[in-house]
Amino acid sequence: MLDPHPDLTSGVIHGLGYLYALLFCMNAYWAVRSFKLGYHFRLPKSLGGQDVPSAGPWAMYAVLLLLVALAHFVSAGRPDAFLIRLPGWLQDLVNVFADPISYFALSTVLFVAMIWLREWWVKPTAAWVLLNITLVSMGLAITDYDFRQIVGKPDNVPIVGMLFIVAFFTWIYFKRANDNDKRIAEGRPLFEQENNEKVLVWPDLVYAELICMVLITVVLVAWGIVLEAPLEEAANAAKTPNPSKAPWYFLGLQEMLVYYDPWLAGVVFPSVILVGLMAIPYIDFNKRGSGYYSFNERKFAVITFLFGFLPLWVAMIILGTFLRGPNWNFFGIFEYWDTHKLAVLDNVNLSDLFWTSMLGQALPGNMFLRELPGILLVLGYFAILPGLMAATVFRKFFHRMGFIRFVVFSNLVLLMVALPLKMVLRWTFNLKYIVAIPEYFFNI
Amino acid sequence: MSVGEYIRNSQIWKSIFRHPAPYDRRNRTVVMLTNFFLHLHPVNVKQQGIALSYTWCMGGITFFLFLVETITGVLLMFYYRPTLEWAFQDILLLRDVNTLGIMREIHRWGAHAMVITVWLHMYRVFLTGSYKPPREFNWVIGVLLLVLTLLLSFTGYLLPWDQLAIWAITVGSNMARATPFLGHEGPGAAILNIGGFDLITNASDARFMLLGGRFVGEATLNRFYILHCVAIPLVVAGLIAVHFWRVRKDGGISQPL
Ligand code: HEM
Repeated sequence: MLDPHPDLTSGVIHGLGYLYALLFCMNAYWAVRSFKLGYHFRLPKSLGGQDVPSAGPWAMYAVLLLLVALAHFVSAGRPDAFLIRLPGWLQDLVNVFADPISYFALSTVLFVAMIWLREWWVKPTAAWVLLNITLVSMGLAITDYDFRQIVGKPDNVPIVGMLFIVAFFTWIYFKRANDNDKRIAEGRPLFEQENNEKVLVWPDLVYAELICMVLITVVLVAWGIVLEAPLEEAANAAKTPNPSKAPWYFLGLQEMLVYYDPWLAGVVFPSVILVGLMAIPYIDFNKRGSGYYSFNERKFAVITFLFGFLPLWVAMIILGTFLRGPNWNFFGIFEYWDTHKLAVLDNVNLSDLFWTSMLGQALPGNMFLRELPGILLVLGYFAILPGLMAATVFRKFFHRMGFIRFVVFSNLVLLMVALPLKMVLRWTFNLKYIVAIPEYFFNI
Repeated sequence: MSVGEYIRNSQIWKSIFRHPAPYDRRNRTVVMLTNFFLHLHPVNVKQQGIALSYTWCMGGITFFLFLVETITGVLLMFYYRPTLEWAFQDILLLRDVNTLGIMREIHRWGAHAMVITVWLHMYRVFLTGSYKPPREFNWVIGVLLLVLTLLLSFTGYLLPWDQLAIWAITVGSNMARATPFLGHEGPGAAILNIGGFDLITNASDARFMLLGGRFVGEATLNRFYILHCVAIPLVVAGLIAVHFWRVRKDGGISQPL
C-alpha cells in the first residue's frame, strides 16, 4: 500500500543528493583552504599530542559527504529501504521541547551566547562548523514529511533563506566589530580608516553596482524558474482556512496576539515600534561608534537593537510561520498539524488572582474597583519605574539625556520589555489580563 | 576606424552622451556630472565607504528591487483586472500567457526579497551607527520607506484573490477593528456617541475605511489595487529621491570622523 504521507520519495532523495554534493564541494574547498593556510591543531595527549594539519580531518569529512551524496543518487529508486533519515528518537526529542516556553528560552540563550562568545564564533573555523551543523541538520530534517510540508511551501522559502542571510550578516557585523574594538583598545586606526583613499565613482562604484544588479537578476530568474508562485483556490468568504495567517512579515505581530489583545498587539505596539525606530537617532546621545562597526563603543544600543530584531522580531516570525498550526496551537517541527489538538487554556485575570485567590473574596461589582490592582500596576510600571530607572541603573543616561528624552527612552524600553514580560507571566502564573475591562474592550 | 569609434563619433551618439567615452580621468569625472542617472552619485568617494563589506550594498539592492517590481508590475497590470469576476481568473490565465514567462514569479519573489533587504539595510545602518548626526532625519525617512515597503507588499498580497490572499488580508486588517477610539471593537469607541447614537460602528470605523466595506470584498480589491499600483509606489519613489538626496547632503555614506 502506498503511504499518502511518505517521509521519503525518490524526488526528495535525489534533491538531498544534490545538497550533500554541494556540501562536499564546500568542504573540499575548505580542506584545500586550510591546507594552503597551513592550519594545524593539536591532538589530545592520549592520542600522542602532536600537531596535525587540519586539512586531514576536513578532507575525510568531505569524502564522507561525497559517499553520502552518491548513496542518495544510487538508491533514489527505493525510498522505502533508504536508511539515511532522521532517527525517530531524535524527532521525539525535538518534539518534547516543542512549546513556546522552550522556544523563547532557547532563542534567549542563543542570543546571550552570541554576544558572550562573540570572539569565538566569528572565527572562520567556528562559523564553518556551525554552518555545517545547520545544513546537515536541515538535510536530515527534510527527510520528515511534516517538516517538508511547512518548510517547502513556496512562500516560506524566503524565510528559510532569511534565516541564513541574517545569520551571515550578524557574523560579518561581529567580525568587523571585534576587529575594530581590538584596534581601539590598542590605539591603532580603525579598519575603516585604513586604505581609505578617494577613488573615482566611475569605474569603482558603478561597475560594482552593475555586477550587483546582474547577480540579483540571475538569482531572481533562477528562483522564479525553480519555484512557481503559489495560487490557491479562488477566494471563498465562507471557507475560513485553519490556521489563517497574515503575510509572513507580520507574523511576529500575529504571535503577539497570544499575549495581548488586538488593540495592543495589532495597533498600539506596531505604532510604538515605528515611533521607537524613528526616535532612535534622537535618544542615542552616544557620539562614538558613528560610521564604523563596533560593539564596545555602544554596547547598550547594539544589545537593545539586536534583542529587538533577533529574538523579538525574526524569531517570532519563524515561530509564527513554522510552529503555529491550526487554531494557532504550537506544533513541533516534526509534528503533524492536527486540527483537533487541544490546548488547555485555564488562564486567569489578575483581578481573580488578587481578589479571589489572595484575599478570598468575591470579585467586587464595580469594575474599576475590581481592576484597581491591575490599573495601579500598569500605571506604576509606566509612571514610577522610569523614575526608579533614572535614579539607579540609568543614572548616567538620565544626566546625559535630560528629562524629556529620558521619559521617551524609558517608556520605549518598558514597552519593548512588556512583551517578554507578559509571556513570562503567562507561563508562570497563567495570567490572562492584567487589566480586564471587556465592557470597553480595554484589556491589557 | 573601428565600428565602435565610428558609432561614438556619430552625431546621434554625441547628441546623447555629451563627452568622449570615460577612459581617462577627465572623462570619468565628466560622465558623472553630465549623465542624469549617474549624477545621483558623487564624482569620487572614499574607498571604505563603498566597500561591499561595509554597506553590504543593501540600500542599492533594495532600490534595484523596487525598479524590478515596477517593471514586472507594469507587465502584470496589462493582464489583470481588479474585479471579483476577473481577478482570480486573470492570474490563473497568466500561466498560459507564454510571453510573460516567469514575470509573476519574479514579481512575487522580488517583493519578498525587498522586504528582507530593506530590513538588512536598516540593520547595517544601525550597526555602523550611521543614523547619528547629521544623518538622523535620513533614518526617519528610512523608517517611512520601511513601512511603505511593507504596505506595498501587504496590498499586493490581496490581488491574486485566492484563499491565501483574502484570508491573510482579513487577518491583517481585522486589527484595525480594535484601534483605540477609531475601531468599533477598540477601547474608547463606545465613548464616541452622541445622544445614544454610536459614531463608531462596523460601518464607519477605521477598518471600514481601509476595506471600503465591512469585509474584504470588491471595494477592498479596488482600493488595494490603486494603493498598490499607484498611490504607494508614487510616495515611495518620492521618498527614495529625498532619501538619496539626503545621503549626499549629509556628507555621503558615513565614515569614521
Ligand atoms: C525602499 C527602501 C530604501 C532604499 C531604496 C534605500 C536606499 C539607500 C541607499 C542606496 C543608501 C546608500 C548607502 C547604502 O546602500 O547602504 C542608503 C543610505 C541610508 N539609508 Fe536607506 N534605503 C531604504 C530604506 C531605509 C531604511 C528602512 C532605513 C532606516 C530605518 C534607511 C536609512 C538610511 C540611512 C541613515 C542611510 C545613510 C547611511 C550612511 O550614510 O551610511 N534607509 N539608503
